[in-house]
Amino acid sequence: MADTTTLAEHTGIGPTTGAAGRPGTVPAPGAPADPPGGPDDRVPTVIADNVHIVYKVHGAGSGRGNAVSALRRIVRRTTTAGTREVHAVRGVTFTAHKGEAIGLIGSNGSGKSTLLRAVAGLLPPAAGRVYTDGQPSLLGVNAAMMNDLTGEKNVILGGLAMGMSREEVRERYQGIVDFSGINEKGDFISLPMRTYSSGMAARLRFSIAAAKNHDVLMIDEALATGDRAFQKRSEARIRELREEAGTVFLVSHNNKSIRDTCDRVLWLEKGELVMDGPTEEVVSAYEAHK
Amino acid sequence: MPQTLAPPAPAGPDTARLPGPGATPDPHLRELAARHGLTLSGARPALPEYSRRLWARRHFIGTFATARLTALYTTARLGQLWQVMTPLFNAGVYYLIFGMLLHTDRGIPDFIPFLCTGIFVFTFTQSTVLAGTRAVSGSLGLVRALHFPRACLPIAYTLIQLQQLIFSMGVLAAIVLLCGVPLTWHWLLMIPALLLQSVFNAGLAMVMARIGARTTDTAQLMPFILRTWMYVSGVFYNLSVFTQHAPAFIAAALNANPALIYIDLMRYALIDSVRASALPAHVWPMALGWALLSGAVGYVFFWKAEEEYGRG
Repeated sequence: MADTTTLAEHTGIGPTTGAAGRPGTVPAPGAPADPPGGPDDRVPTVIADNVHIVYKVHGAGSGRGNAVSALRRIVRRTTTAGTREVHAVRGVTFTAHKGEAIGLIGSNGSGKSTLLRAVAGLLPPAAGRVYTDGQPSLLGVNAAMMNDLTGEKNVILGGLAMGMSREEVRERYQGIVDFSGINEKGDFISLPMRTYSSGMAARLRFSIAAAKNHDVLMIDEALATGDRAFQKRSEARIRELREEAGTVFLVSHNNKSIRDTCDRVLWLEKGELVMDGPTEEVVSAYEAHK
Repeated sequence: MPQTLAPPAPAGPDTARLPGPGATPDPHLRELAARHGLTLSGARPALPEYSRRLWARRHFIGTFATARLTALYTTARLGQLWQVMTPLFNAGVYYLIFGMLLHTDRGIPDFIPFLCTGIFVFTFTQSTVLAGTRAVSGSLGLVRALHFPRACLPIAYTLIQLQQLIFSMGVLAAIVLLCGVPLTWHWLLMIPALLLQSVFNAGLAMVMARIGARTTDTAQLMPFILRTWMYVSGVFYNLSVFTQHAPAFIAAALNANPALIYIDLMRYALIDSVRASALPAHVWPMALGWALLSGAVGYVFFWKAEEEYGRG
């Protein structure tokens, strides 16, 4: 990791943004006051208000599966043995708008995925609130869907689960399979999903989720495993989703794909929002910091 | 790493500290959210809205159940043939132990149909409870990947077990006819009996799905509870032999057992030597009551934790 002073210089970590002095919708110090376009004519889709997320990790320390310690836990009615709290997101505030594609960057373990899971409603914030427009959809790398079923069944079930009608699923089925490129190297769609490579599975998952127009779609490194041609197709699809007035969040460690798809970037480090602003500005600062 | 962030957690800037329980949400942001109709993420919809969404996913439930059922035996060489063979082997084992070795068949005219009906009907409830326990905890990938009313899962697993039972009932019909029991109009009573039992089972599955999603130890405990339940439900013997001499409240409690009621109804429908007088009192109202109670309680109980499934 690089020298220690640049980050503070770039981003001005240190000034407090407590409950009293928090600036309205543009939270991070160092971010431009109001992005071009003005603050009021844009429609917000996700509002995160001072979100804190604390994980309770079971099995930290020793002796979790040990029968004696398990009994002791039951008798004392505590779960504290071997439980540790991890404060993964610390007071993040931002507002996302319709038509924005927002990149999330930061080193591994900086809280990007955790933040998205809170926006999706899959993790309760320990403090603060997340307001969303409709139900955000989160596409993660390890969402497995149904591994023992064929790709074909997964496409159909995924479509139905997202609320499509049977006719809609039938209409879009071929489009989804073509988009995923699963059948480019032979008839793989009729094989169980457990036989897919991680790249193939990720591509199919993205294709299923992207077949529907989402108000808020969050993609957590799900594109990283795809090949170049697939990445091009998905970037085009992300642009389409934005034009249909959705909001797209993208977590990626590939700064090029962030630059290609996003117009705004949030930089998280150790659970805190370091910088929030136009892509080029934030990514350059991030690269300079590395 | 920057020095300002280097020290362990509490030493960070003010935002990094967890605000106390008294911390209020930012009024500006709350107002902005309200103005544009944004809602708190992860909040659970009201019961009517939830039911509407569930109804909209009915095709998902059906397709999911069929897909799961076909996937169940794909790794076995005999494939779907096991759907018929598993109930047959079960019946064979119980006949060997209880009919031939322990002679619990005394006083029961058509023992083989009696025994098979009991086993198949109880197995429906038993396997639904077991499948329900894992309905949410075993589908975490799906739950985390897509948004849909989670009640789809326990209901779909109930449907899978119902489809299994319908296979078993085909086998059972063959056994019953081979044993010389005549085919009568009474057989049509199977349909309402099965329907009521399915609603009862779906309610149980939803209760177990919520418990199983939180407490993973439940899956280890359930087989023992279910076995006890099976032994008091008169699956391999005629329970009325005991209830005749037992104190009234014990007899009433044993006769109110929903598993016994559904088994007795099915025996009454299928076997002509089982007379209406042999059934516990008020058997149809009890069957209906248990179905409605379990279905309603299970549904509301499951919905109450809707926003928590898939977390952690």
